[in-house]
Amino acid sequence: MIAGAPPILEAVGISLRFGGVAALREVSFAVQTGEVFSIIGPNGAGKTSMVNCISGRYRPSEGSIWFEGRDITRPPANRRPAIGIGRTFQNLALFSHMTVLDNIMVGRHHLLRRGFLSGMAYWIGGAQRDEIAHRGEVEEIIDFLDIQHVRKAPAGTLPYGLRKRVELARAVAVKPKLLLLDEPMAGMNLEEKEDMARCILDLNEEWGMTVLMIEHDMGVVMDISQRVLVLDFGRKLAEGPPEVVLTDPQVRRAYLGGASDGAPAGELATAP
Amino acid sequence: MSVMTPAGDYRESYHADMCIFPTRNSRWAMLVGLALCCAAPLVLDRYALSLMINIGMLGIAALGLNILVGFTGQISIGHAAFFGFGAFASAGFADLGVPVLLAMPLAALATTAVGLVFGLPAARLKGLYLVIATLAAQFILEDFFARAQWFSGGVAGRVTDAPNLFGVALDTDARYFYVVLLWVVLSFCAVANLVRTRDGRALIAVRDHYLSAEMMGVDLAYYRTLSFGIASFFAGLGGALYAHYLRFVSVEAFTILFSIQFLAMVIIGGLGSVMGSLLGTCFMVLLPEVVQAVADALQGGAIDRALKLGSSIAFLREMTIGAAIILFLVFEPEGLARRWRLIKAYWKLYPYSY
Ligand SMILES: Nc1ncnc2c1ncn2[C@@H]1O[C@H](COP(=O)(O)OP(=O)(O)O)[C@@H](O)[C@H]1O
Ligand SMILES: [Mg+2]
Repeated sequence: MIAGAPPILEAVGISLRFGGVAALREVSFAVQTGEVFSIIGPNGAGKTSMVNCISGRYRPSEGSIWFEGRDITRPPANRRPAIGIGRTFQNLALFSHMTVLDNIMVGRHHLLRRGFLSGMAYWIGGAQRDEIAHRGEVEEIIDFLDIQHVRKAPAGTLPYGLRKRVELARAVAVKPKLLLLDEPMAGMNLEEKEDMARCILDLNEEWGMTVLMIEHDMGVVMDISQRVLVLDFGRKLAEGPPEVVLTDPQVRRAYLGGASDGAPAGELATAP
Repeated sequence: MSVMTPAGDYRESYHADMCIFPTRNSRWAMLVGLALCCAAPLVLDRYALSLMINIGMLGIAALGLNILVGFTGQISIGHAAFFGFGAFASAGFADLGVPVLLAMPLAALATTAVGLVFGLPAARLKGLYLVIATLAAQFILEDFFARAQWFSGGVAGRVTDAPNLFGVALDTDARYFYVVLLWVVLSFCAVANLVRTRDGRALIAVRDHYLSAEMMGVDLAYYRTLSFGIASFFAGLGGALYAHYLRFVSVEAFTILFSIQFLAMVIIGGLGSVMGSLLGTCFMVLLPEVVQAVADALQGGAIDRALKLGSSIAFLREMTIGAAIILFLVFEPEGLARRWRLIKAYWKLYPYSY
């Protein structure tokens, strides 16, 4: 990271309340351009809520979110792709009756310019040319994630691990500058996790995407992220490089004390 | 599986892979089907032809409803009212001196405008609230037809003209058939194209998972409203074709029962299937004919005497339609379109089907 370069994403004093429940309390942090940044914390800590605020799903009760120096607190979720943000969901959120290919093509929505009239007149309005051009790029993403063999299968019929990949492919198709991943490796076996970690690193290093991810597996977090944010009961406990943050006494207490969710208390203890 | 293609049938380009009819056989089948349709007026009798015209007119409207219900996942129980609006509007334009062939698409556009007026608030509603809102549309429009004599001709109804092409009156079934066929081909091509391009995918995305659709940049309100607009367009177009075919339009035709029949067409045909809209319409148009034929065949027999078929035939028809909907929902929720795909897959691989 270049010191002094403006962050790609900055959250300033984010609070989020649901009735009496405070999901987030005055959380501030910044993600630098080009890094892999992880949010960790026990279940219910507010990680997903934070990602939802960034992606426009929730409007924070207080605070503001800045992307490349621009206030994006208010624009709705459907403006995010054009702004440069793509995301995946913790619970699979594919279009289950559409083919894998069509799912990923939906990611191109904001890049395809022709509306329904051109679409209906496919052959004469230029829609065909557009579709073919984008199909080429989408095929690159399909090759990258190694899902060629299920291209034409309805997404809802795929096994879990493949669906996670398709969801990542769809988010990548948005061509985001910032990719938000909510537990991309949850429920995966070791081998699948390694593949996914490899993909995320490639996206970061070769495709030039800044990655903000929520992850429970502390080994993965240590391996691939430059910096982490630790949340606990909606509050920020720490922010910084993983090896520094994990020695923080407050962080250790949060994990070792109330690790009720299978969060990686053990893994944390053995982490280098 | 519908994704299977015969070995050796490789796609050389994305272009070839993105065709509506991806295999050579399916393209040939389509062309042969079209040619047969073109020849239909030469061989079919007037009665069979009128059934086909009905299937065409209603099929276009059913296609519109399928975009709303099948593709976007909304619902409407006011479709017949929009169909009626298109019928009256086309009659009205024609009376103002617009050539009938032009009045029909104009009426469809006018119906689109009305559909958007109802669609704008409806786009923000879901589930039961949406049902009620479209029910309101049905009754408001019906009431409007009843009151606005200038528009609907009141109780007397409205007499309409047959279309005219370069001085030739298209006033026989054989001639009118081609008008309907043209619009059927145009409409079904347009929608088949729509669903394989950006906005069509967006509509389906809204149905399947609206939260992630939004995250992909899809404006939910816009697309829900758009689907109302497109559905109304095709309802209006179907209605306009209907008006100039029967040459008479009157208020009683466009009731909620008719709306429910449209729903039956898309459910039986297959929600979210372009071809299914046509198949479901065939089914709904031909079913009463079959019931009638069976009743005729049984005439005078023991069953006839027991059920009084002669006097309760209308009632029996409604019952069979109801039973058909229930049976399809239970046993073939994907509708006739699924059967159609299975048959196609069979022929694609014929004679090595297993
Ligand atoms: N839509 C919502 N309505 C009410 N409460 C919510 C909602 N979303 C999240 N919460 C609450 O906010 C807290 C944080 O949840 P979440 O962000 O999902 O945690 P995490 O992703 O860290 O497991 C939880 O107490 C949860 O119950
Ligand atoms: Mg979560």
